[in-house]
Amino acid sequence: MRTVQAVAWKEIQIYFSNPMAYIVALIFLAVTGFFFVVDLTDPFPEASLSNFFFGATIVLILLAPALTMRLLAEEQKLGTIELLLTSPVRDWEVIVGKYLSSLVFLLAMIGLTFYYPLLLWVFGRPDPGPIYSGYLGLVLYSAAALSIGILTSTLTSNQIIAFVVASGILLLMYFATLGTGGGEGIWSTLVTEIGMRSHFDDFERGVIDTKHIVYFLSVTAFFLFLSIRALESRRWR
Amino acid sequence: MIQVRGLTHYYGPHLAVQDVSFGVKKGEVLGFLGPNGAGKTTTMRIITGFMPPTRGQVTLADFDVVEQSLEVRRRVGYLPETVPLYTEMPVTGYLKYMGTLRGMKSKQIKNRIRDVIDICQLGDYHKTIIGKLSKGFRQRVGIAQAILHEPEVLVLDEPTIGIDPIQVVETRKLIQDLGKQQTVVLSSHILPEVSMICSRVLIIHQGRIVAEDTPQNLALSLQGVEQLQVEVGGPPAEVLPVLRRVPGVNEVTHRPQQNRELYTIRFQRGKDLRDEISRSIVSNGWSLLSLQAVGMSLEDIFLRLTTHEEL
Ligand SMILES: Nc1ncnc2c1ncn2[C@@H]1O[C@H](COP(=O)(O)OP(=O)(O)OP(=O)(O)O)[C@@H](O)[C@H]1O
Ligand SMILES: [Mg+2]
Repeated sequence: MRTVQAVAWKEIQIYFSNPMAYIVALIFLAVTGFFFVVDLTDPFPEASLSNFFFGATIVLILLAPALTMRLLAEEQKLGTIELLLTSPVRDWEVIVGKYLSSLVFLLAMIGLTFYYPLLLWVFGRPDPGPIYSGYLGLVLYSAAALSIGILTSTLTSNQIIAFVVASGILLLMYFATLGTGGGEGIWSTLVTEIGMRSHFDDFERGVIDTKHIVYFLSVTAFFLFLSIRALESRRWR
Repeated sequence: MIQVRGLTHYYGPHLAVQDVSFGVKKGEVLGFLGPNGAGKTTTMRIITGFMPPTRGQVTLADFDVVEQSLEVRRRVGYLPETVPLYTEMPVTGYLKYMGTLRGMKSKQIKNRIRDVIDICQLGDYHKTIIGKLSKGFRQRVGIAQAILHEPEVLVLDEPTIGIDPIQVVETRKLIQDLGKQQTVVLSSHILPEVSMICSRVLIIHQGRIVAEDTPQNLALSLQGVEQLQVEVGGPPAEVLPVLRRVPGVNEVTHRPQQNRELYTIRFQRGKDLRDEISRSIVSNGWSLLSLQAVGMSLEDIFLRLTTHEEL
């Protein structure tokens, strides 16, 4: 556990001293701010954040991989992985530590958006339910998105490849539901179930369903597990 | 301390190390000498548990590097050839991080950092960002992290490459001092360097060990001693004295390999003793299974090594 902490802490410090991370945070605030304002300038403004949540999940398809791409790819590029992997650390400790650092940074980014709901409360009477559940959904979605980025960063020493592939996977998983064309049958049900969008909808509407929570946590666990295996097999190459 | 048996490593189809076997005793300073591409780095990466061998077994302090990798890694300090460091971290911050990864307590880390900064003479730079240090000072940080946790075994891959002559001398002295307490394996392609620091030298060429000796004996080979390797079917206790009695022979060593009885015979260059040796073996009723010259290739390899230093 101390190792996880040490790895995470080191990476967090690097995030907070890295211009790249600040650029990511800035873009996130700009884009989500835009979607928030779109909500308000509606001819019949409803005091809700659903547009903001939609914008946040979309922009994270690009920004989450941008946060994680460095984490393991750079170690492989610079060779520092040689000292990391010859230290008495377990592979899962490295992966989990790196992952937690990106999660902390992304949570901090999400924390910066709390002034949107505050504004709603100052100027109107929003329904608090969808706001709470929406934030819960956003956090779960972010956790899953980052785990995908960790996997691709483990698989390559090229940060650009790690970024592009992770964004691609996220994009596919996000819009998988569209691919079914609303059809019936096992296949379309499966694709709908894999799709992230369909699992996010309920959170936006103010419904907290355990099914969706389990979904996002499983996706996260699955990709972290693959990352650990990928790091292990790195020793075998 | 370290036992390497039948180590073979392939990178894809490319054979990098072939059937290498050797041992390192506790407190020994072993030098790995070989030209570029010989397989030094590959062997060291396997010993330190960075990657598993394609075939063969390596144990360190009786722990298998593949099966009990974590135990092995606890006992090793490693300086990779490229000295990979986190360039955005300051020296002490980096050492603290590496100490934590090695499972040291924070108080212990604090004390040891003071020690290693002293030992590696990093005093004026302990707050500097590593990326701003010169090559020589990065090398020192690399050594500092390797000795930080007082490992039983130190593995140093070309520790003096790319630093200026004065720092080379200091680094060698430092390694010599470290060798008094720790088991050290270091690689180099500079013959005088290895002779200076190491108590035993292993010469590796194209992935095979071609010679293994003390620096003194290697120097003899350089001055024109040839070697023959023979395999004899007969009891070693009787074969040895007979071989030693052959006129012109300087030295005979018995090197059994698996179930083969191999002997290395040294003699002054210029004589051809093959006839006498084979006759003395056969006349005792033993069988001569193979006889080959190994001295020739050794000479070639020395030509490829850096045998002197330009200062
Ligand atoms: N990652 C790799 N992938 C493929 N081949 C490799 C790799 N690393 C080393 N090799 C090959 O394996 C052989 C042994 O390389 P190694 O790095 O062990 O040699 P070395 O003795 O350390 O050489 P040097 O003195 O140049 O450092 C070389 O022929 C090299 O080309
Ligand atoms: Mg090398």
